[in-house]
Amino acid sequence: MSAPTFDSVQLGDELPPLQLPTVDRTMLALFGGASGDHNAVHIDIDFARRAGMPDVFAQGMLGMAWLGRLLTQWAPQSSLRSFDVRFQGITHLGHRMVCSGKVVEKLHHEGVPCVRIEIQATNQYGQIKTAGEALVALS
Amino acid sequence: MIDKAMIGYEMEPSVLPIERSRLRFFAKAVGETNPVYTDEAAARAAGYPDLPAPPTFLFAAELDSGAMDRLLDKLQIPLSKLLHGEQSFTYHRPACVGDTVTVRSRIEDIYDKKNGALEFVIKTARVTNQHDELVAEMRSVLVCRH
Repeated sequence: MSAPTFDSVQLGDELPPLQLPTVDRTMLALFGGASGDHNAVHIDIDFARRAGMPDVFAQGMLGMAWLGRLLTQWAPQSSLRSFDVRFQGITHLGHRMVCSGKVVEKLHHEGVPCVRIEIQATNQYGQIKTAGEALVALS
Repeated sequence: MIDKAMIGYEMEPSVLPIERSRLRFFAKAVGETNPVYTDEAAARAAGYPDLPAPPTFLFAAELDSGAMDRLLDKLQIPLSKLLHGEQSFTYHRPACVGDTVTVRSRIEDIYDKKNGALEFVIKTARVTNQHDELVAEMRSVLVCRH
């Protein structure tokens, strides 16, 4: 796939979606180590239960990292100007997340042609767990 | 209640060297398949001097340094009550293997909702490299649920 350009991109265009594997404990343990987030609520079921949760659950930043993959598989990271998300719900074990994005605005930001992308990570039940937007510079 | 006197508090700087093996580990952990993040030749072909830190990687700096744990202690937020509400990044230049970034954070605001059932801490950060150039800005909304 060739890199998108400002002229070729249209409002409403969708980014190629990113389907993630089912969330499991290994994934959370690896992300805990790689990201530096050693909060035991994501890796130790005993700790999670004492915190009032039924089980361990995904780090919010794992969902954001997946959305980052969605963006950088569409346009090079060097064109990413900003990336904002809200963590709207907990991503649990067994969830199969899909990251999706849509072009919602074409604009000039500090004189540079850019597109605003609405992004979200949704599970197999249609629940949006992470949502936000990104500003991507296109030539 | 979180002490609102902490508004304006500046955290100690966190220094994070961008290391090859850590970026490869991060790429594996997020299921990255784009070779730009794991293969130096692909990274160079894409215009980077070496493997680039992916978009959310800089968040690791204050986790690695322990600065985030110390902040939560100071704010008296137990990990078991902590939620990450929002996260933003604004990017100015890439950080690649061989760079060392420094993250300096400040508490911008502290407020509560639902009669104190939820407390919010707004933290902003500037990320600079070893040449004192601005790499990124970050903004976090931390939530303490009671």
